[in-house]
Amino acid sequence: MHKEQQSFIRKYIFSTDHKVIGFQYTIVGLFMALVGGYLAYVFRYNLAFPGESIPFFGDALDPKTYNGFVTYHGAIMFFWVAMPILLAGFGNLLIPLMVGTDDMAFPTVNMLSFWIFFLSTVVLLISLFLPSGPFDGGWTIYPPLSADGYHVKPSFPASIATGGTLFLLALALEFTSMIMGGINFIVTTIAKRTQGMTLFRLPIFVWFQNIAALIFMVSVGPVVAGAVMLLLDRTVGTGFFDPARGGDPILWQHLFWFFGHPEVYVILLPALGIIGEIIPTFSRKPLFGYRMMIYLVLVAAFLSVIVWAHHQFVAGIDPRMGTFFSVGTILISVPFAGVILSLIATMFQGKIRFTTAMCFATGMVAAFLVGGLTGIFLGSDVFDIYAHDTYFVVAHFHYTVFPIAILASLAGIYYWFPKFTGKQLNETLGKIHFWLTFIFFNLFAFPLFFLGLAGQHRRIANYEVFDYLAQEPFTTLRVIATIGVIGIWIAQFVFLWNLIKTLRSKEVAERNPWNATTLEWAADSPPPHGNWQTPPVVYRWAYEYSPENQTKDFIPQYVQE
Amino acid sequence: MERSVSIGRIPTGRLGMWLLVVGELIIFGGLIACYLLYRLRYPEWEEAASHTNMLLGAINTFVLLTSSYTVVLAHKAAIHENVSKARTFLLITILLGLVFLGIKVVEYSEKIAAGYTIAGPSLFWSFYYTATGLHALHVIVGMIALFVIRQQIRSGPYLHRVELGALYWHMVDIIWIFLFPLFYIAK
Repeated sequence: MHKEQQSFIRKYIFSTDHKVIGFQYTIVGLFMALVGGYLAYVFRYNLAFPGESIPFFGDALDPKTYNGFVTYHGAIMFFWVAMPILLAGFGNLLIPLMVGTDDMAFPTVNMLSFWIFFLSTVVLLISLFLPSGPFDGGWTIYPPLSADGYHVKPSFPASIATGGTLFLLALALEFTSMIMGGINFIVTTIAKRTQGMTLFRLPIFVWFQNIAALIFMVSVGPVVAGAVMLLLDRTVGTGFFDPARGGDPILWQHLFWFFGHPEVYVILLPALGIIGEIIPTFSRKPLFGYRMMIYLVLVAAFLSVIVWAHHQFVAGIDPRMGTFFSVGTILISVPFAGVILSLIATMFQGKIRFTTAMCFATGMVAAFLVGGLTGIFLGSDVFDIYAHDTYFVVAHFHYTVFPIAILASLAGIYYWFPKFTGKQLNETLGKIHFWLTFIFFNLFAFPLFFLGLAGQHRRIANYEVFDYLAQEPFTTLRVIATIGVIGIWIAQFVFLWNLIKTLRSKEVAERNPWNATTLEWAADSPPPHGNWQTPPVVYRWAYEYSPENQTKDFIPQYVQE
Repeated sequence: MERSVSIGRIPTGRLGMWLLVVGELIIFGGLIACYLLYRLRYPEWEEAASHTNMLLGAINTFVLLTSSYTVVLAHKAAIHENVSKARTFLLITILLGLVFLGIKVVEYSEKIAAGYTIAGPSLFWSFYYTATGLHALHVIVGMIALFVIRQQIRSGPYLHRVELGALYWHMVDIIWIFLFPLFYIAK
C-alpha cells in the first residue's frame, strides 16, 4: 500500500509519515532557533554597548522593544525550539523505528498536530510584528502586566489583535499540538511494539520520551485553563487575575509554574534519552543502571509536579510552604544525580570514541552539571531570596536549557543524520562546530553568575542608569558575555556549511555507521515510508555492547545470535 | 505493508481516547480548582450563586444523563453490529445534546437580561460563564464527533468508533456532574 506514487504535496507537505513529520518539526524548530538566537544577539549587543546602534539590526533598543525581545527569546527557545526539536522532532523520527513499527498509532492525528504547531508558529510571528508592538510581559506572562498592564487596553474586538492576546493564543495552540503528539507517543509505545520488544527492552530514549509526554499531559491542563482565563481577562473584561476586581495575580503564577517547572523535565528527558543512546554506543559498554534510571526518572517525574512554588519564594507565599518547596526541589537533585552518574559510569573504563556526537553528548553532561548544581543553590529559599531575578538565575537556566536544547539536539543530529538522510556529516567540521559552540557558550553564560551575585537584575534594558553596575568589572563582563553570544552564532555557520556540504556530496553512509544496537539501525538509510520490508523481531535488550566470549563487540537487538 | 505488523493487545483508539479524556479532565480540574480556591476565600459569592437557575440546571443534568444512557445503547448496538440501531441511538444522543444547549441559551439570556455577564458584577459570574461555556463547547465538539461517526458507520468498517465517541460523551457528562453542584446547588 505504501508503494503507490504520492503527489509532492501528500509526500512532503501534508504527509502522515512519521519521518517527514519529524523533519517538519525539526526544520521549523531550527528556523525558530535562528529567530530566537537573533533576538538574543540584538539584546545582548544592546546590553554590552548601551545606546549604540546594533549591526544587522539598527538603532539601540528602547526599553519596551528590549522587553519584547527578551520575552520572545525565552518563549521561542522553550516552546518553539526545544519542544519541537527534542520532543516532537526526535520523538517522531525515532519512536516508531525504535519500537519496530511502521508508523505512529494515529498518523492523521500526527499530521494534524504538526499543522496546529505550524499555525501556532505563524500566530507567534505575526504577534511579533504588530503595529502596537510585540508582547513585552516576559515569557512567564505574569499578570497584572500581561492582563492589561500599563498599556491602554483596547475594547473587545480590537483587543484580540494585540501582541499579548496572539502570544497566548499561539501558546494555547502549541500546547494542543504537543498534547496530541504526546498521546500518539504513548499509544505507539504501548500498543505498537514489534514482536519481542518488551517494555524493559525499549531503548532508554523511548522510555524518557514517554515519561516526558506523560509529565506534559499531567501538568499542562491547569495552565491551559489559566490561559483561557487570561485571554478572557485581556479580551472580554473578566478579572480573574485583577486584584482590583477580586482576582489574584499570584494564582497565575501557581498555574504557570505548576506547568512551567515540569516543562523543564519535559525537554530535559528527551535530551537525556539522546545522550543515553549516544554514550553507550561510543563507549562500547552497556548503559549503566538501565532499570534504575527508569525508576529514578519516574520518581523525578512525580517530584517535578510538587515543587513549582520554588519560583515564587519572593511572591509572598507562606514561609512554611517555602520550606516544603525547598526540600522538594533539593530532593529532585537525587534522582537526576543518579541518572547523570549512571551516564558517567557508562563511560568508565569504556573504549571511548570521541566522535562529534559523543563530544556534544559529554559536553551536554558537563555543562548541565553546572546548571543542575546551581539549581540546588536556587532551590533553597534562603539563597533564592537574595538571588531571585538576578543574572545568577539567568546563568543557571542557561546552563540547563542550552545544554538541553542546543547541545543535546546537535548531539542527536550528528548521531542520527546518517540514518535519516543517508549521508554522514563531516567529522572535522563537526568538531570545530562543537568546540566553538562549547567554548563560546561558557564564555557567554559563566560571567552571568558573577554579574548576578553582584546584584545585577534581569529585564533591565540599560544598566547605565545604575552607577554601581555601570562601572568595571561589570561592563567588561557584559561585553565578554556578548562576545560569547556572537561566537555561538559564528559556530553555527560552520554547522550550516557542514550541512550544505554533506547534503550536496554523493557519498553514501553505511546502514549502521556507529555499530549501534537499537532497531532503527536495521532499517534502510533513509527508511522508506512504512520503514520495514519485514517487521524486525527483537531478541535482547538495547545495550549489548562488548559481550563476554564474543568476537563482535556488539550484538544488535534484531540479531538472533 | 499492513497494520497487522503491530502486536498491540489494547486497541489503539481506545487507549488514545482515554489519554485525551485524562488530558481534558486535568484542564477542567485546573479551572474547578481555581474556582474552589476563590469560593473558599469569598463567602459572599453565596449571594451571586443564589441567582443561578437550579431548576434549569437540574433539567439539564437529567437531559445529559439520559443522553449518556442512549450513547451506551448505541455502543451496545455497535457491539452487536446493528448499524441502523446504533445510528438511531446516536441521533437521539445528538438531539439530547441539542436540547441541553437550547436550555443553556435560555439560561444565559435570562442571566444577561438580569445584568449578570461574564465581566461581572462578581467574579463568580466570570467563573460561571467560563466553566459552563467551556463545557458547552465540549458538548458541541462531542455532538460533531458523534455526527461524523454516525455518517462513517453507515458504510465502512468504523463501528468501533462508536465506543470512542461514547467515551468522549461520557467525559462531557462527568464534567457537568461536577459543574452542576458547584455552580447551581452550592449556595
